[in-house]
Amino acid sequence: MSIKVRINRNLKDFHLNVDFECNSDRIGILGASGCGKTMTLKEIAGVEDAADVYIEVNGRVYADTANKIKLKPQERRVGFVFQNYALFPTWTVEQNIMAGIKGGKEERARICRDMIIKFELNGLEKRLPGELSGGQQQRVALARIMAYQPEIILLDEPFSALDSHLKDRLNQEMIELLSDYQGIVILVSHNRDEIYRFSKELLVMDQGQVVLNGDTKAVFENPQKVAAARLSGCKNIVRIERLSNYMYYIPDWDVKVSAQGAVPEDCEYIGYRAHDFVPIWGEVRESGIAVDLKSVAEFPFERKYFLHSKSEDICWFVQRDMWKAFDESGMPDALELREDKVLYLN
Amino acid sequence: MNAVGEILENLDWSPLIISLKTGVVATFVSFFLGIFAARKVVKAGPRVKAVVDGILTLPMVLPPTVAGFFLLLLFSKRRPFGEFLFTNFDIKIVQTWTGCIIAATVIAFPLMYRNARAAFEQVDVNLIHAGRTLGMSETKIFWTVVIPAAGPGVVSGTILTFARALGEYGATSMLAGNIPGKTGTISQRIAMVIQDGDYLTAGVWVVIVMIIAFVIIFIMNIFTGSKMKNVKRW
Repeated sequence: MSIKVRINRNLKDFHLNVDFECNSDRIGILGASGCGKTMTLKEIAGVEDAADVYIEVNGRVYADTANKIKLKPQERRVGFVFQNYALFPTWTVEQNIMAGIKGGKEERARICRDMIIKFELNGLEKRLPGELSGGQQQRVALARIMAYQPEIILLDEPFSALDSHLKDRLNQEMIELLSDYQGIVILVSHNRDEIYRFSKELLVMDQGQVVLNGDTKAVFENPQKVAAARLSGCKNIVRIERLSNYMYYIPDWDVKVSAQGAVPEDCEYIGYRAHDFVPIWGEVRESGIAVDLKSVAEFPFERKYFLHSKSEDICWFVQRDMWKAFDESGMPDALELREDKVLYLN
Repeated sequence: MNAVGEILENLDWSPLIISLKTGVVATFVSFFLGIFAARKVVKAGPRVKAVVDGILTLPMVLPPTVAGFFLLLLFSKRRPFGEFLFTNFDIKIVQTWTGCIIAATVIAFPLMYRNARAAFEQVDVNLIHAGRTLGMSETKIFWTVVIPAAGPGVVSGTILTFARALGEYGATSMLAGNIPGKTGTISQRIAMVIQDGDYLTAGVWVVIVMIIAFVIIFIMNIFTGSKMKNVKRW
């Protein structure tokens, strides 16, 4: 199972320059909107033209500009789930599912029936997409693609149009429905939770480039790059000044931190997750960041505090148990960093 | 009332037949040409689009007599192309029913083209991408996905084209003339009898034209209304 992608495309105010190779069967591409994720998928599918591409899926070359190879999208066997599912609006569920099936009438009907059972669409065969709920539309889109037996499935922000309570359920449902699919699946999203639970291998994209590529869990634990840390949900990213191999200063928070291990030489920033601060009451020690409250956002199970420090605000998430304690002790005077939670970035 | 009855009894119905035939044929030709042109223009780059769109829309904004002038320049037997057609293929355009059709088509075509184009541009491009990635041929995608999705726009374009072709006067009178029983359309008949001061006959034709136009639009609305009921558009 492998995919090799190299795309070089210059647009007026955007430069897509992607180069990656993955050997996993569940790949996530995480990136902010406008970073080129969707365009990358469209290049793989062949529905978008690029100046210079090389795309190879499981050893089959889809496109190779250098050798003048360019398969039509019709010849690539790519299953593409679009943001809005792109079901044909005037076709019934049944017709939509059969759209990509080749072969005789009976064969097509048989595959279609199997898909309708597998994707629990019984009774909806004659409906039009506009009469279906978001979840049903998603199942039809998947059924249509599975019936086509693609070599690779591309999911382009498939949950972005859904309500948040549906999002979570359909995300899980999609993982289950795709669980017995033997090919490569690439999920593109700006949502770290979707990516985290779906993908084994992760690509982080920023401004048209892949900035990081690796095992999903490892990337979340150690994002290495500022863009990757931000996309992985790290709220606090600040510049540091290295004082020695084991010591650095954070000017924005006015705090000196001594590390237990060596600080990487090329480290310019650190990231610190909003859940990981340790509150301190009383006298502010050298390792503490003096803070005072700027604003607070309340959520059912969590509070988000936005705190003033020297020049850069701190974002601190507190679970319910802990903020209950604040009622007695008042807001903490300082926050300390747990050295083992610091993400070294460049 | 007796006067109207008398007129109806002695009425020469040929303008009705000629107008309907002209309208149907011109609409049929415009339908395919308009869709073809719209498809090409939607796919074209911005500069080509601007130029081609301008040329294709011109007949709609120019006075029909200007179109008639150009058509005469082109098809007159005293001009190279018209002479070529006549000597080589024995085709005569000026003062014939073919002339009626060409004049009506040229004038009505932009309505079909523009409506089809606007409707195509509203179609979600992802539908086309989806069709391609599912292995469907371009032709199949166009006729079974794009055209139905653009249905309402295409149908309204067809209706307007027919209505315009049915009522064409300026270019038709120049190119095809007003030969009773041959190229004399309803519009031309109305103008002619008015010149003779026969308002009653003119009125009868006016009522006939209005009824035809209304009935056709009504039927098409009913048809598209039931067909498009379940299509949710965004």
